[in-house]
Amino acid sequence: MKRLTQRALTLATAASLLALTAGGAVAQDKRTIAVSIPAATHGWTGGVVYHAEQAEKEIEAAFPNIDVIVKTSPSATAQVSALEDLSAGQTLDALVILPFTSEELTGPVEQVKSNGTYIAVVDRGLTDPTIQDLYVAGDNIAVGANTAKWMAEKLGGEGKVVVLRGIPTVIDDERIQGFTDVMKDTNIEILDIQYANWNQDEAFSLMQDYLAKYPHIDAVWANDDDMLLGVLEAVKQSGRTEIKYALGGNGMKDVIEMVKAGDPVTPISTPYPPSMIKSAIYMTAAQFSGQAPMRGNFKLDAPLITPENADQFYFPDSPF
Amino acid sequence: MTSVTTEIAGAPRRIRWADMGPFIALALVVLIGTLINTNFATGTNIANVVTRSAFIAIIAVGATFVISSGCLDLSVGSMMAFVTGVMILTMNRLEPTMGANAILVGAGFGLIVGALCGLLNGLIVTVGKIEPFIATLGTMGIFRALITWMSDGGSIPIDRALRDPYRPVYFGNVLGIPLPVVVTLAVVLVGAFILYRTKYGRRCMAAGSNADVARFSGVSVARVRTTAFVIQGLCVAIAAICYIPRLGAATPTTGQLWELQVITAVVIGGTLLRGGKGRIWGTVAGALILEVIANLMVLSNMVSEYLVAAVQGVIIILAMLAHRFIK
Repeated sequence: MKRLTQRALTLATAASLLALTAGGAVAQDKRTIAVSIPAATHGWTGGVVYHAEQAEKEIEAAFPNIDVIVKTSPSATAQVSALEDLSAGQTLDALVILPFTSEELTGPVEQVKSNGTYIAVVDRGLTDPTIQDLYVAGDNIAVGANTAKWMAEKLGGEGKVVVLRGIPTVIDDERIQGFTDVMKDTNIEILDIQYANWNQDEAFSLMQDYLAKYPHIDAVWANDDDMLLGVLEAVKQSGRTEIKYALGGNGMKDVIEMVKAGDPVTPISTPYPPSMIKSAIYMTAAQFSGQAPMRGNFKLDAPLITPENADQFYFPDSPF
Repeated sequence: MTSVTTEIAGAPRRIRWADMGPFIALALVVLIGTLINTNFATGTNIANVVTRSAFIAIIAVGATFVISSGCLDLSVGSMMAFVTGVMILTMNRLEPTMGANAILVGAGFGLIVGALCGLLNGLIVTVGKIEPFIATLGTMGIFRALITWMSDGGSIPIDRALRDPYRPVYFGNVLGIPLPVVVTLAVVLVGAFILYRTKYGRRCMAAGSNADVARFSGVSVARVRTTAFVIQGLCVAIAAICYIPRLGAATPTTGQLWELQVITAVVIGGTLLRGGKGRIWGTVAGALILEVIANLMVLSNMVSEYLVAAVQGVIIILAMLAHRFIK
């Protein structure tokens, strides 16, 4: 019995060795790009998954020598395991990762890098920026600041606004900071800023409460389009007409449709596009396929989405 | 069961006081609200708050059955999202052929789906003999994953043609009373009747207070508990019917963490978490207390936005302590 297991073990080792060398040989001409992203648990991550899968199809069709593997993970720990699984099974030429959290993923990504893998980090940076070869992210401060500038200009520099913020995270803090910093230099009074956790239902309730609390509101900023939909429903129900503008952010397709239709209350949005994962995958592919140098930081701007340019930001098939 | 009967025979006066606990707490919260903010007691605000609490209240009526029969259902929030998703998809599919009637058929289908979801939970617990906490934790994940899958992580919006005919179900009113409140009242009345006036209600308490004793006295504990889960599923579906017209969409975050609010409402209302004692009207008071506290947190400027959840937690614990002392 013992001898049998031993023999089986040797066989297995031999087989895996063989597989390893074979894998190595293939890797010479075939490049593997692994993409590790959060699972679709809400609108924005749903968009990330959609665009990653889109990019996978397009890249594989355009460059037959590149193999893209997309893995989604529901939590930070699951993402760490996914990284281990990905790098255990094959040699990765590149890893494109949207980390769940910066702290927990830094070590595991460093581990992957030690095998010579090219690392592209998207959206949330790692705590040690020297690990990444490429960093692609949106500009959350600009999301807040650009919205604030537009709003301040349209309100003529004075008025009363209420703000709904998301889940306590760096992303949320930066947006709020960008917004409040711009508003400080105007005569616009921010009446209230409360959390609604990027949730439509909570935004609906919070807006109802704002409407009960403040007899006069000139404009509302929900720092995410999901929340904006809840806000609009609450305003509609209240029948209040003094609210001139209700703005969101992120570029959700329902809101882009409103922008395209020239909605008087929501005439603009600001992008923080989930499609930034696609930018990162394309740039990584360029690094390997055309040897176009793609090392460095790439910060996406947050230009206003207006009826004129809305088509560029509109993805009717995306879930977001 | 024994404890309930002896208590009733022993000291009816004191029990009545203890039963008043949740209502006193509600009155207190409302009083404080009126004192600290002038906007609180306005008609629109009260109407908003009461209407908003309808979902939790309706689901919590079902949870009162499940909990008093000695079980627990953690899946209600996810189930609510799932049923909402299924209903919207059904209505959208039927709209081209049936027009606005699709809402009625969709709602009916939602009730069936809700009941089946409840039945599934019930059978896993009773036939599978798995702890309700674990069983419903499992189905909680399943329902949540299904709605995420159905929506690709995005949202499932209802057909535009159905939005207007469906809208009154949340925003409309009967003689000035918002429709969701009317629905809640109906659910509560039926629930109270079943729990207090029928044989099934007494069996529910018996199964929850001591399952073995109940079994020996000829009560089929398994059947009682399975039925409680089905009632829970129906309540979830009723809540879903009122919920859809509010925002007109189901998303993967719909109903998130509602199970905790529901359980809190039930327990604040005086139902024992370990079973054997159910208080339907108390449950409604519990749901209202939660919503009023949340409303006050926004209306008053006293609490930093970062500490809102902490203050809510303190108030809930204080309410429970007060309850204990009144006893």
